Amino acid sequence: MTQSSNYYHDKITLRLVQFSVIWAVLAMTAGVYISAELVWPTIDFGQFWLSFGRLRPLHTNGVIFGFGVSALMATAFYSVQRTSHVPLFAPRLAWFCCYAWQLIVLLGGLSLLAGWNSSKEYAELEWPFDIAIAIVWVCFGIVFFGTIATRKIKPIYISNWFYGALIIVIAMLHIVNSLAMPVSIDKSYSLYAGAQDAVVQWWYGHNAVGFLLTGGFLGMIYYFLPKHAERPIWSYRLSVVAFWAFVYSYIWAGPHHLHYNSIPEWVQSLGMAMSVILLAPSWATMINGIMTVSTAWEKLRSDPALKFIVLSLAFYGLATFEGPMMSIRSVNVISHFTDWTIGHVHSGALGWNAMVTYGTFYFMIPRLVDRELYSVRLANIHFWLALAGTMLYVMAMWAAGVSQGLLWLSVDQIGELSFDFKDIMASMTPYYLLRLVAGLIFLGGTVLMAYNLYMTVRGRETARVTVPAVDPAYGVGA
Amino acid sequence: MNGLTIHRKIEEHTGLLIFGILIVSAIGGLVQLLPVLNQESLETATSNTRPYTAAQLTGRDIYIREGCSVCHSQQVRPLIAELERYGPYSRAGEFVYDRPFLWGSKRTGPDLHRLGGKYSDDWHRIHLLDPRAVVAESIMPAYPWLDKRSAKETGNITAKFIALRRLGHPYSDEDISGAEAELEGLTEMDALIAYLQVLGTGLSGEDEGAAL
Ligand code: HEC
Ligand code: HEM
Ligand code: HEM
Repeated sequence: MTQSSNYYHDKITLRLVQFSVIWAVLAMTAGVYISAELVWPTIDFGQFWLSFGRLRPLHTNGVIFGFGVSALMATAFYSVQRTSHVPLFAPRLAWFCCYAWQLIVLLGGLSLLAGWNSSKEYAELEWPFDIAIAIVWVCFGIVFFGTIATRKIKPIYISNWFYGALIIVIAMLHIVNSLAMPVSIDKSYSLYAGAQDAVVQWWYGHNAVGFLLTGGFLGMIYYFLPKHAERPIWSYRLSVVAFWAFVYSYIWAGPHHLHYNSIPEWVQSLGMAMSVILLAPSWATMINGIMTVSTAWEKLRSDPALKFIVLSLAFYGLATFEGPMMSIRSVNVISHFTDWTIGHVHSGALGWNAMVTYGTFYFMIPRLVDRELYSVRLANIHFWLALAGTMLYVMAMWAAGVSQGLLWLSVDQIGELSFDFKDIMASMTPYYLLRLVAGLIFLGGTVLMAYNLYMTVRGRETARVTVPAVDPAYGVGA
Repeated sequence: MNGLTIHRKIEEHTGLLIFGILIVSAIGGLVQLLPVLNQESLETATSNTRPYTAAQLTGRDIYIREGCSVCHSQQVRPLIAELERYGPYSRAGEFVYDRPFLWGSKRTGPDLHRLGGKYSDDWHRIHLLDPRAVVAESIMPAYPWLDKRSAKETGNITAKFIALRRLGHPYSDEDISGAEAELEGLTEMDALIAYLQVLGTGLSGEDEGAAL
């Protein structure tokens, strides 16, 4: 054990990473399974809990709240201590967050299979879970901001602003969007109805993407990228401007999920305009990141963790370019309701969120257990599997989505539909099959990582026992 | 440079940072949500939109429970092809009793908003038990358990009506006391079909441009 791991509360981080990896494997397995169900619809075998409508929310909640949030908590705890030069404030509360969150994900997942479902996307869990989430989230905030408040260096480092925004804004969104009238333990009715509910939900939904899947993970970038590249962040001033522009403009963009739907036109137009503007702060952050590594390219060759992180920035740039384009009404008219959206989601989810997390885990775990990564080779293989899986997934869905969108809208000269819905649906099978293969490749990489990290962590025990027995002359630590 | 000096203060003060994020992130939401939540036309029912009956509401809750909305939208957009394929485009006033809204974000299957009356009850029954019995290449899941459970098992309908009345749905005392009896003898399948058949029937000649 090094000095630093005695000083900082790192066991919590390690435990959270372990949970995160477990959820990643389970939730992506669910993703692969639902991909297969879209090719062979009878593989739910008439079991209600294997039904697509229940497994899909299990997939999304598992990846976002199980894999994603556990990783965010782990890295937030890891980096806030190191950037504040103090151990965690209220470490017991941090342990509570760690385990209570896992319990929510586990029981929440089971409740989704049982059919407890509010049906609001990314807020499917019913009201008892909503309350539990709010409590754990407040505790997360107390630990995080408490640590910052007791810090020993004057400025609050930039990664912490992003994690801070994650905690504050998600709390606000979650509470407002989840307000409901309970009927029984497994059922409630939303406080908002119809069109109003839609606007509230997508204010939540888009910003869950904005502050969790984007903001939170940018926190990871701002700490781990400079750390790893051993360079300071390229432009401090750009970070400041981009941060506030990001916090300000994301919130307005929700209505791009409701183009041509029954909500007021001015809301749609405002949402569209702000979504296009959002390109600027998004890319500012990406450029800041790329420029930070730009003098350390040679490290990329030898270091799989950095490769993951740099590639994730490229996909981040892609998703945040595509998003504003899809927000333009005349583009959205084609992409809305199609697999194009699914392609966009996964270019962000796989290429950005998962990759940056993988890179971070490969960086953090060896440091947490004070040992070399078990196998750099496996990590390199994982890198190529992740890249191949993501590319294949996204390209298959783009092709599927664009053709769906165009075929659905296609009418002949006298205004008759050119294609039957059924035929368009049936023509999707090859794309869905490709996506299944892509998912298997990506999942395979994730399993490799799980093994690699497991062996790295397990190695510590053997090291501890054997080290004293080895004669230094034979080269300890070689 | 000046801006950055002011920013130093925020960066060095936890409370200011929290406060700043809260204020800056709240603005957009306030500007969009407050007018929408206070816009009466969004809460005004179209001429034929009624609160759901006990069977329809139970069916709707089954639709939610089974996650039909992950594959089906309920929102016809005002585009030629959609009017042609599905029928008149959706109006906000048709959804005033929808808690939550079920517009969806993905059309793996077709839009269902104008479904009511399109098929017979029997067609739905056969389709839901095995979609491939009706549409050979369908990738929709089968729901064989729906006709094995009674609609009363879905949830406490009286409590549901009371909760919705608290939220402003115009249920009378008789509606509430008679709710349980309405479900007598119905299966979950019957309830779901009752819901599917009422979908999109909220417009009538009285509504402006109802034919579109
Ligand atoms: C995996 C996605 C999926 C899920 C989940 C799903 N469906 Fe479908 N649904 C489809 C597809 C694809 C079609 C088109 C082929 C067909 O008619 O079977 C369809 C067609 C339909 C149709 C016929 C619509 C028309 O206009 O022809 C109805 C009605 C329907 N579904 C109801 C439901 C209900 C009710 C549920 C929930 C219990 C449900 N679906 C769940 C994919 C799905
Ligand atoms: C500037 C940034 C972005 C903008 C403007 C944007 C815009 C959009 C648009 C227009 C849609 C389609 C909505 C629809 O037609 O239904 C969408 C969907 C989505 N985006 Fe983005 N996007 C951005 C970045 C991201 C990133 C980085 C992610 C990370 C994973 C992401 C995740 C999602 C998800 C999950 C959905 C699907 C929502 C749903 O329908 O369920 N987006 N986005
Ligand atoms: C092995 C990898 C994965 C596979 C095979 C996979 C597969 C799928 C499938 C089949 C769907 C449903 C699409 C549909 O309804 O047509 C889906 C939806 C979704 N997945 Fe994944 N997924 C994977 C990884 C991830 C990851 C890592 C994330 C997030 C970090 C993620 C986030 C989502 C989201 C947010 C949706 C909902 C999209 C929407 O509603 O528009 N997925 N996924």
